[in-house]
Amino acid sequence: MLKIENLSAEIDGKQILNGLTLEVAKGEVHAIMGPNGAGKSTLAYVLGGRPGYEVTGGSVSFDGKDLLDMEPHERAAAGLFLGFQYPVEIPGVSNVQFLREALNSQRKQRGDEPLTGGEFLKLAKEKAGLLKLDMDMLKRNVNVGFSGGEKKRAEMVQMGILDPSFAVLDETDSGLDIDALRVVGEGINAIMRSPDKAALLITHYQRLLEVVKPDRVSILAQGRIVKTGGAELAEQLENEGYDAVMEAA
Amino acid sequence: MNEQVDIQDREAREAAAKAAEYEHGWSSDIETEFAEKGLTEDTVRFISAKKNEPQWMLDWRLKAFRLWQDMEEPDWAKLGYPEIDYQNAYYYAAPKKKAELESLDELDPEIKRVYDKLGIPLGEQEVLAGVKGARKVAVDAVFDSVSVATSFREELKRAGVIFLSISEAIREYPELVKKWLGKVVPQKDNFFATLNCAVFSDGTFVYIPEGVRCPMELSTYFRINAENTGQFERTLIVAEKGSYVSYLEGCTAPMRDENQLHAAVVELVAMEDAEIKYSTVQNWYPGDENGKGGIYNFVTKRALCQGARSKVSWTQVETGSAVTWKYPSCVLNGEDSVGEFYSVAVTNNYQQADTGTKMIHNGKGSRSTIISKGISAGKSNNTYRGLVRVAANADGVRNRTECDSLLIGDACGAHTVPYIEVKNPGAQIEHEATTSKISDDQLFYSMQRGLDEEEAMALIVNGFAKDVLKELPMEFAVEAQKLLAISLEGSVG
Repeated sequence: MLKIENLSAEIDGKQILNGLTLEVAKGEVHAIMGPNGAGKSTLAYVLGGRPGYEVTGGSVSFDGKDLLDMEPHERAAAGLFLGFQYPVEIPGVSNVQFLREALNSQRKQRGDEPLTGGEFLKLAKEKAGLLKLDMDMLKRNVNVGFSGGEKKRAEMVQMGILDPSFAVLDETDSGLDIDALRVVGEGINAIMRSPDKAALLITHYQRLLEVVKPDRVSILAQGRIVKTGGAELAEQLENEGYDAVMEAA
Repeated sequence: MNEQVDIQDREAREAAAKAAEYEHGWSSDIETEFAEKGLTEDTVRFISAKKNEPQWMLDWRLKAFRLWQDMEEPDWAKLGYPEIDYQNAYYYAAPKKKAELESLDELDPEIKRVYDKLGIPLGEQEVLAGVKGARKVAVDAVFDSVSVATSFREELKRAGVIFLSISEAIREYPELVKKWLGKVVPQKDNFFATLNCAVFSDGTFVYIPEGVRCPMELSTYFRINAENTGQFERTLIVAEKGSYVSYLEGCTAPMRDENQLHAAVVELVAMEDAEIKYSTVQNWYPGDENGKGGIYNFVTKRALCQGARSKVSWTQVETGSAVTWKYPSCVLNGEDSVGEFYSVAVTNNYQQADTGTKMIHNGKGSRSTIISKGISAGKSNNTYRGLVRVAANADGVRNRTECDSLLIGDACGAHTVPYIEVKNPGAQIEHEATTSKISDDQLFYSMQRGLDEEEAMALIVNGFAKDVLKELPMEFAVEAQKLLAISLEGSVG
């Protein structure tokens, strides 16, 4: 579904990704772990198409299409969702308005009819219920005055409503207490666990992976994938630390 | 759905009423004759004669003209423009340089694109663009029969509301006009207002009798021969005791005008317990992306909140004009009277806006609210200039001012110039100001969710301006949102 080959990228002339190769198949939940500064967030931003992240080599194909050739909103319409480590505040714009416009913009790009206000609210209610987020929160402005945990849960509601085929979740577990972590993890399972979807979970810690069991785990270090294994690799990392595992690799 | 239909009905009624007025109004004779360039007493006499004005009106104009000759153009605003040669301008119905369009196909594609984007129906587009015979088309397209127009006029008449062009009002209701004209904005108020007194071309007169709630929003939206009346417009609205009126001025469609100089005057009077809501969307031609051309818009708008508990709300969305000089104000004489000013001003490319308000608190317990949202992009400059004044014997006055500036790009300017003069120690005055930039984070976040760059920008800007936009009547609000987005086209990326 997603095929990254020999990808290199830089920010402000500084090379961050360095020949990264990774393939994620349909139905797969793939965890990316790695030390600080390894390039995890850069990978997420490059996949999302963030301006300023310059691809200097390699290719990314998504459902057979050249992902790097698409604008960020085209990638979204093609089914790519990026869960932000630091969700952004948009004052004066309610979550309902934001998501309805975003969803309808995606639908327009795909040649579908826009959802009416009523249809959208029904959908939003259903997804919010799934993540134990009350509708009042959706009426509030996008991430404005949200706690860290609320922001992450709101990201998951966005994901539920936009219903992507591929999610890149960048440290979605950071800043969550145990209860919120469970809610978010179960949300990921409910939304993304499907034979025709896939997800890339970028995380520092094992704890999210206890709720969302990854099919495979890769270690990202110095801008490339240095080791890939099964779920047990995450446990090994947690017990032995990056240095030991990478030395062994 | 019902809401939609209601609005259409209302618009239709308004259009019908205006159309009916035009049929016997001034529009037919205006097209053929005009005053030569330049401004002398003869020009003033010519204008007055063209309008069959009574002697007192001519005298009033001439007095203003003499005052004006000794006045100087103000230069305190943060605006820069070439010196205006007042003798090299038209003051009455400048001759049309272009022939009427045969069809919309002849319309400048750029303007056509904006019309489409705003969602203006074809019939109205023809009227706006000045297509031959279009007024009839538009009217026919909107109504089935003249009876709609008649019933609308009758509805207003039954309520006792007077809604006329000011020229007609001068002829038909001279006592009413004489009583209030120049009472809110005195003849010698300022250079531009005085000029307007001498040469005003036309405008609107509204009178709401005691205890009457005007049964519909009064709109100049359909007064589309604005090419002729827009230059020196004069509006007078009087709301008697306990009455209410909501008045909409302007149009979201881009308005071109051969006349570069505009100087309008709007006077509002609210008596005891009366309320006037005055909403403006201004989208005169702003000039091109290199700052060439564009309207100079020098407007004096002021409301007299004369009676106790009277209330006036100014709401404006200013996106057009190369130069905007405009301070809709409230003189709060009545006890517990209320003044409100809600403003969104957008400047892009080389546009300059110096706009704000004056809240003059003379009445005890008077209150005012000011919310100003300035959006600057390109190489433009956007200034909020506002005065809050509290008289010594005005006890219990409250004011809250919020000035927010949003910058797009790094070549534009936002400025806030608040003046606060408080002579009563009990007054509560709050002033908040913020300046922010549209962040790359916000744009990318929105785009990652599916919005293209333009949509993302529109969403963020409309969120910023929401507190003001929500004060607009519904039919204006939707178009105003689209307008903000269009005005900022090309300002990112």
